Amino acid sequence: MLAGIRTVELRKVYTSPPPVAAGGGGFSFRAPGGKSKQPKPQITALDGISLEIRPGEIFCLLGPNGAGKSTTVGILTTRVRPTSGQAFIGEHDVWLNQVAVKRLIGVVGQRPNLDFNLTAREILTFHGAYFGLPHHERMKRAEALLERFKLTDRADQMVRGFSGGMMQRLSIARAMVHDPQVLFLDEPSAGLDPQTRLLLWEIVREYNQTGKTILLTTHNMEEADTLCQRLAIIDHGRVIALGTPRELKASVPGGFLLQLRFGLHSGEFLERLQKLSGVREVRVTDGVGADVYADRGGSLIPEVAHLASASGVELHDVHISEPSLENLFLHHTGRSLRE
Amino acid sequence: MNWKTFLAILARDAHVARRNVVALLFQTFLQPLMFVFIFGRVMVGSGYMPPSYKSLLLPGIMAICMVGTGIWAVAMPVIAEFQFTHEIEDRLLAPMDISWLAVEKVVAGTLQSLAAGLMVIPAAWLLLRPGVDLRVPHPLLFAAVALLVALFSATGGLALGCSMQQTHIGLMFSLIVAPMIFFGCTYYPWSALEKFPIMQKAVLVNPLVYASEGLRATLVPQFPHLPLLVVLAVLVIFNLLLFTAGLRWFYGKAVS
Repeated sequence: MLAGIRTVELRKVYTSPPPVAAGGGGFSFRAPGGKSKQPKPQITALDGISLEIRPGEIFCLLGPNGAGKSTTVGILTTRVRPTSGQAFIGEHDVWLNQVAVKRLIGVVGQRPNLDFNLTAREILTFHGAYFGLPHHERMKRAEALLERFKLTDRADQMVRGFSGGMMQRLSIARAMVHDPQVLFLDEPSAGLDPQTRLLLWEIVREYNQTGKTILLTTHNMEEADTLCQRLAIIDHGRVIALGTPRELKASVPGGFLLQLRFGLHSGEFLERLQKLSGVREVRVTDGVGADVYADRGGSLIPEVAHLASASGVELHDVHISEPSLENLFLHHTGRSLRE
Repeated sequence: MNWKTFLAILARDAHVARRNVVALLFQTFLQPLMFVFIFGRVMVGSGYMPPSYKSLLLPGIMAICMVGTGIWAVAMPVIAEFQFTHEIEDRLLAPMDISWLAVEKVVAGTLQSLAAGLMVIPAAWLLLRPGVDLRVPHPLLFAAVALLVALFSATGGLALGCSMQQTHIGLMFSLIVAPMIFFGCTYYPWSALEKFPIMQKAVLVNPLVYASEGLRATLVPQFPHLPLLVVLAVLVIFNLLLFTAGLRWFYGKAVS
């Protein structure tokens, strides 16, 4: 049975007790008549996320830290209760039908969570047992996964001494033991060396080819670009762009981005920049810089330099980037993904 | 309810306990048996304690072993697995309602506590003999009390483990477990507190009092003890309260 993922207007507001400082540790002054308790601080992690991920798709949530990626995964994997909205895996409402959903999903968490009291092989076989696999079947699958993830020579050792990369590989293998229809990978390549990252990508594609749906979160644009069939860029708990990597990159005005830094701000210079052929949009970033979205990159530089000297503006730095998801994020939020 | 998953998770706990069996044995029995040896053997042998103290001491030691084992077996993994290693996450994603994972922890803790209780009797008897007068007039009643004590230790472990921060583990033992043992009528019967009327009333809030007195009433009924009916009723109430609270707190930790 193929299963997709659907969310409808998902919202999540975290409430936590106020920190000691806010609660009045030490001296504090109360406003007259201030009998009411201080309201709990509310953090809106998700602010109405609606997504439709098709069965058999590799879908990526791209966004900076704190954008709401992990909260979305948490809700879809039964570990976070949505404040409002609904989430579905296949036809099952995640919150109302948790056990059925848990049978359909495999989850690789953001932080390592391997069972330190077991060996690598036992981690896989016990996981299989939790999902009711018969003994010979779970032994067979564990063996195959250990082989696939290049862990056979450490199979019977406790995982406490494993390197970060080995733990990550084992976490992914564990999530695959019960052959889930939907695989969640939360920041799977964080901390992996390039070689292991390539192995991971290969395995994800291979798993996807058997018809499985894969949702992965990342703040790595290269990963999103090469691995995902479609992606959503999220920031501050909202989807700010959605589509295939190609569509999204094409949606940046002009595609090319020239980041200019100059000594003095000059209105005339900016106005004349806007009129250059191929320039779609000029945004002043701060007093001494501008982002120019344009149809062409390098060929625009001599004209920009000429214009600068004609306007008496001294260029300090010019950076050209080709159409990319990074530019798209910058265009929507005014911030870099890496910040 | 998905029994296959429940039993598989129980099997995992049994597997881990088997792997750590030597450490577990030392942790459970070394201190209580040293106590038995010094107070039951050395002090009685040298005439500082009456010979009957041997029989009086044994049920109390059994209560300490059972309660200590159950609390440790449930509270420590809950604290570490949620806050430190996060290794419980894999089991939280097993196809079973999350609350059943808490039930599984209680079952595992109860079984370990019962095993500790049953093992300490022959061990203490070997250390103390001759002169231990265990009567056990109603084995079934003894079994019921032992089961309730084991359940109390495990539900108590669940409630403690779910309400304690990792940094407060030391405090948990020095502020909660140690006073519970010393004021729990483990080394003396409740009736011995007659000369301390305020303390005698105050210790009644301590569930360990009912555990020791209950074991005393069913193992060595020749000594004065609290009425068995009171013991059974109070243990049942404590078990229900701790289990309900533990279950709610466990869920609160598992789902944000």
